[in-house]
Amino acid sequence: MTMKVGIVRFPGSNCDMDVARAVTEGLGEEAEFLWHKSHDLQESDVVVLPGGFSYGDYLRAGAIARFSPIMREVLAFARGGGLTLGICNGFQVLCEAGLLPGALVRNRALRFRCHPVGLRVENAETPFTTAYEPGRRIEITIAHGEGQYVADDATLDRLETERRVVFRYVDEAGEPTDRANPNGSARNIAGIMNDAGNVLGLMPHPERHALEALGETDGLGVFQSLLEAVERRRVGSRNGTSPFDSSTPPIGVYT
Amino acid sequence: MPSTCTYSVEVRITPRKGILDPEGETIARALDNLGYEGVGAVRAGRLLRIEVDAASEDDARRSVENMCEELIANPVIEEYEVLVAQGATAP
Repeated sequence: MTMKVGIVRFPGSNCDMDVARAVTEGLGEEAEFLWHKSHDLQESDVVVLPGGFSYGDYLRAGAIARFSPIMREVLAFARGGGLTLGICNGFQVLCEAGLLPGALVRNRALRFRCHPVGLRVENAETPFTTAYEPGRRIEITIAHGEGQYVADDATLDRLETERRVVFRYVDEAGEPTDRANPNGSARNIAGIMNDAGNVLGLMPHPERHALEALGETDGLGVFQSLLEAVERRRVGSRNGTSPFDSSTPPIGVYT
Repeated sequence: MPSTCTYSVEVRITPRKGILDPEGETIARALDNLGYEGVGAVRAGRLLRIEVDAASEDDARRSVENMCEELIANPVIEEYEVLVAQGATAP
């Protein structure tokens, strides 16, 4: 096996098994659960913060999970360039932890929304999206009450300029219309990455669309891409070159 | 040893200016539908009452302000106000 994916389990995580099955059954790779009280990432190549309602979403979604014991190691891993994926509640945790800019607030319509949405792959040159054609429209389910992405205009402009908006909500024609926006997110943003390009947060659930048995595999590409990124890093380190090739943004320090 | 006193500290957290507050807007619409006239903007927030043992009112305030910065409020989307009263009852 090439890739070991560590999946953090907070009290209230509920998409941990889905991620594990996407990795093991969808890709034939290895998944390991990481208990929130531990301080050991078990030498994972990728760390996933899965969806759920960590700590009951008390105070703010993701606010308490951010201070879980294992987050010390997750922060060090992510800041050191480790591939880190936050899905739904995991995205909220990454924002609360300051690994990603902005915040996720109550859906504009105040409803918990659980249905498939159209997404456009805005940047297919990230460790999370190389398996997709650039600009491809995929369908993936959302399931959240607090998924409205907000940030100030300067931050939004910077995200756009640096191509860090990775997924955007779009309609059937692939256009980011207001109707296609399920939660009121600024500029239809569904997923963003940090400036070093190794941390991605998104509200939709790719792990729920990763197995043929479930009918849809549009989400498997995220995990497939991570596998490709881990393989590239292996080859890079064997050859004594940078673990990143030209399709991966260089490591920087997130500020 | 300086003697400490119990302070009751109230923290009021509201959405920052410029951040959409769908909850507040919905409440404003509902009030309008009920026929209440003159209702302007409504902002919905969160209220915390925290008991703090501290040497002075200033210390109690500083302590709670630190809590707000680290955990209780998210400066990206929220602002907060700290009100301190002596004694373990709400101000």
